[in-house]
Amino acid sequence: MTDKTEPILRVQHLSTSFKTDRGLVTAVDDVCFEVMAGETLGIVGESGCGKTVTSKSVMRLLPEHITRYGKQSKILYKDFDILAAGEGEMRNVRGDKIAMIFQEPMTALNPVFTIGWQINEALKYHTKLNKRERRDRAVEMLRLVEIPNPEQRIKEYPHQLSGGMRQRVMIAIALCCEPDILIADEPTTALDVTIQAQILDLMNGLKEKFNTAIMLITHDLGVVATVCDRVMVMYAGRVIESGPVHDIFHNPQHPYTQALLGSIPKRGRKVQGAMLPTIPGIVPSLWELPDGCRFEARCPYTDAQRCVHEEPELAPGPDNRPVRCHYPIGSEKERPAKLTTGVTG
Amino acid sequence: MSLIEVRNLVKKFPIRGGVLNRVVNNVHAVRGVTFDIASGETVGVVGESGCGKSTLGKCLIRLIEPTEGLVAYEGEEITGLSHSELMPYRRKMQIVFQDPYSSLNPRLTVQATLAEAIKLHGVVKQSGSAMDDYIDELMRQVGLRPDDKVKFPHEFSGGQRQRIGIARALSVRPDFIVADEPVSALDVSIQAQVLNLMKKLREELGLTMMFISHDLKVVEHFCDRVLVMYLGYVVEEVRTDDLDNTAQHPYTRALLGANPIDDPDDRRPLVILQGDVPSPINPPPGCPFAGRCPLVMDRCREKMPPLEVKNGAPVACWAVEDGKAPEPLTRAGSRSPASA
Repeated sequence: MTDKTEPILRVQHLSTSFKTDRGLVTAVDDVCFEVMAGETLGIVGESGCGKTVTSKSVMRLLPEHITRYGKQSKILYKDFDILAAGEGEMRNVRGDKIAMIFQEPMTALNPVFTIGWQINEALKYHTKLNKRERRDRAVEMLRLVEIPNPEQRIKEYPHQLSGGMRQRVMIAIALCCEPDILIADEPTTALDVTIQAQILDLMNGLKEKFNTAIMLITHDLGVVATVCDRVMVMYAGRVIESGPVHDIFHNPQHPYTQALLGSIPKRGRKVQGAMLPTIPGIVPSLWELPDGCRFEARCPYTDAQRCVHEEPELAPGPDNRPVRCHYPIGSEKERPAKLTTGVTG
Repeated sequence: MSLIEVRNLVKKFPIRGGVLNRVVNNVHAVRGVTFDIASGETVGVVGESGCGKSTLGKCLIRLIEPTEGLVAYEGEEITGLSHSELMPYRRKMQIVFQDPYSSLNPRLTVQATLAEAIKLHGVVKQSGSAMDDYIDELMRQVGLRPDDKVKFPHEFSGGQRQRIGIARALSVRPDFIVADEPVSALDVSIQAQVLNLMKKLREELGLTMMFISHDLKVVEHFCDRVLVMYLGYVVEEVRTDDLDNTAQHPYTRALLGANPIDDPDDRRPLVILQGDVPSPINPPPGCPFAGRCPLVMDRCREKMPPLEVKNGAPVACWAVEDGKAPEPLTRAGSRSPASA
């Protein structure tokens, strides 16, 4: 699927920093990736790893007065340079070419306007449709996201809808201008699992229908396995591994990816009394990043020397996919002695 | 012997309104629930938001007063006991809350938080070195540094805070713990740490637990048995050893089928249930799952099926027939979310 098309979004050396009282803090550090049309890219990581900041950088939704992008940072939508664009130009892109679904369907909709009004708002700005056509389009969109009785629903307010329905409305708003790229930031995290299944099903159907590229940000590896084509794993602001979803799950190269996959309980494979493999410790604070590998303190494979002092580059690993590790799993290189994946914690 | 017995437990929350502030309606949170928890057992409660699982957990230890029904601890009825009569039971029954951010008092140090319950229940009679030692030991038990006891909750990470919550529950040496979504707010890697800790403590201290969660993966891993709730009813009780083959209720099976599989090569379509959970205010008559159920019959809309043993396990469904073992779970017949 990836070979067929040109990348529709290219993110090059993205570094996003914030000015704070304690100085500049870099939340996203030298992140590069591409998204093709019709493809779903999963961005995975734990809280604070920079996945949301990456997506908001693409949308330029971060507060401009405290946000600094790196000198070499570039985000290209087709040929349009997002980081160099003015606010007016960005307005034409947001919602029309690139749209976003947020995590919290309870708060992302405006409580004082009707559903219909909120879909209409995007259409009014980005299309030349007249009032009647816009209303018809809103109804059509709600029908597309399988909201029953859409003619009635467009007159209702967000509080009258359930969580799953609100997330559908969000998707309807995001897709009403048929964007090329849909950024979904934890779209199902706040939802129950049966509703999650509905929303994932819906997003997949829409991707096929409109050939939309989807950037799916999530911490749920089950969701990734179910819908993504490619995956990028982030840790403390860095991309540590990326590749096709199959390879990431069956042939992880970075110890963090491996540990993350190990630490989720597996459905249908209950072992009585078994402990889960865990990752000891916690994610390092962005204020006190180590000189070496950012995962070093929690890594079961650390050599306690090179790993501590020298941060690995993101380079092709044994599986020929980018990985940021001195001793990627499956490499011929001699591993340090401390080679136990033993259960800790 | 059963440590906890629950009989026909009902909880309605009144909705008041109008000029006279009269009860105009009720939220039917728990609607006649009956079950036992054996000593040393861990029972999971799963269900979607609003199904009454947290209310049930809190009714059990009387943090919420049940409207009707009976809860017994070691054969002694505790519903109906006065505040002072209840005190010894409060020590034996503790709770770990979901949100490690809001369940700790931000103005108390960890030490002060822990000491409060310890003193109240007279586990350690006096402050001083005995109390310090006890708290140090408690901190070590949950994997925290004893020196950190002088810190405030905001100085800890989410996982550490949940460890404090666990330490607080354990501080009075309870026999029974209700864990209300203890790992839902945590990151995956931290979730595994906390689950392992709880498992270790459960074995060391011989705790009996009720583990409330919306995540079937976690419940399957952590619990011996699971109660599946839907809109206030327990619709099925099933052992977690072989869920895929023993789950009988169509809702349990839908939950299992809707859980994404952690394997990109296994893209069986997810089971898609249409529609939402009905409102617990004026719930529909009959089985509350009827509106979304693939096996719905006319009878389902008229009368709620009782929870009765079929094929060796309690299930509340008209469509499940005794003597006809459930088919192994497949995902056929649903629409494909991923045709990659």
